[in-house]
Amino acid sequence: MAAKFQPGDTVRIRVGSPPGHFRTPAYVQGKTGVVEALHGAFPNPESLAHGGDGLPKQFLYLVRFDQTSVWPQYPTTLQDKLLIDIYEHWLEPA
Amino acid sequence: MDHADHELAHDRHAPIEDREELTYYERRTWAIQALLVEKGVITADEVRQQIETVDARTPADGAKVVARAWVDLAFKARLLHDAKAAVTELGFDSGESPVLVAVENTPKVHNVVVCTLCSCYPRALLGLPPDWYKSLSYRSRAVVDPRGVLQEFGLELEPDVEVRVYDSSADMRYLVIPERPPGTEHMSEAELASLVTRDSMIGVTKPRAPEQLADLKAAAPA
Repeated sequence: MAAKFQPGDTVRIRVGSPPGHFRTPAYVQGKTGVVEALHGAFPNPESLAHGGDGLPKQFLYLVRFDQTSVWPQYPTTLQDKLLIDIYEHWLEPA
Repeated sequence: MDHADHELAHDRHAPIEDREELTYYERRTWAIQALLVEKGVITADEVRQQIETVDARTPADGAKVVARAWVDLAFKARLLHDAKAAVTELGFDSGESPVLVAVENTPKVHNVVVCTLCSCYPRALLGLPPDWYKSLSYRSRAVVDPRGVLQEFGLELEPDVEVRVYDSSADMRYLVIPERPPGTEHMSEAELASLVTRDSMIGVTKPRAPEQLADLKAAAPA
């Protein structure tokens, strides 16, 4: 299986709170960022946390956001970034 | 200091006595451990040994990795490319996470690490995370107001420095390679390692200045 996204791609983080354990913080949900790197494929923690086998593995990406696009009050004069690891099933093209 | 102040100072300690009620997850953990021991999968002594091993970890290995990166640019390149392999090459344990990522601070880029969801931390290299790293205050504010948080740690950054906050909430672990302080050209690798503090590898401060090392030596018992 090939990764859906490549470094440089613009992505939007899906909005959701599935029951159980997930690793996508609410504060980036619905926000748009850029794929900085592809880390590889890893067992899905949402399954692992509840005794599952974590399969199929999910691609995990490092996604970069401009802080000003995450927080409305962030000073627009700054170049600051937020980088966060997000699993592929939480990403959609933007 | 009057008596009231004295009492107050003591109250800052964590309570010594255990709480009577265990939380849900404490009960669940104890139940799983008891079952594993009962079924002969692990022994209570193995659990104790593992706790002792984890508690004994310090940031010393992480500091040695950073010092090597400062003196050996080829090693630094390998560390930035694949930190797990580079750390293993030095004979250190890189931990159980599948990927370790090293990020480099420069005059124009300052990296800082947080785990907003829990307390993900490169424990194999840095030991157990400090209490503040696990606090709700740090975890929530480091992403929304990193410059304000760094200021509270005594680090003021110029507006033209790019602050990059890594929220390590999944399988990755992040290690900050702080900038090598000026005036350290003559120092040995071991001396350089003593400048590299835990907090500088989380990214909330800079390494010690060489003058501070002289102070530390003077203060050390003979």
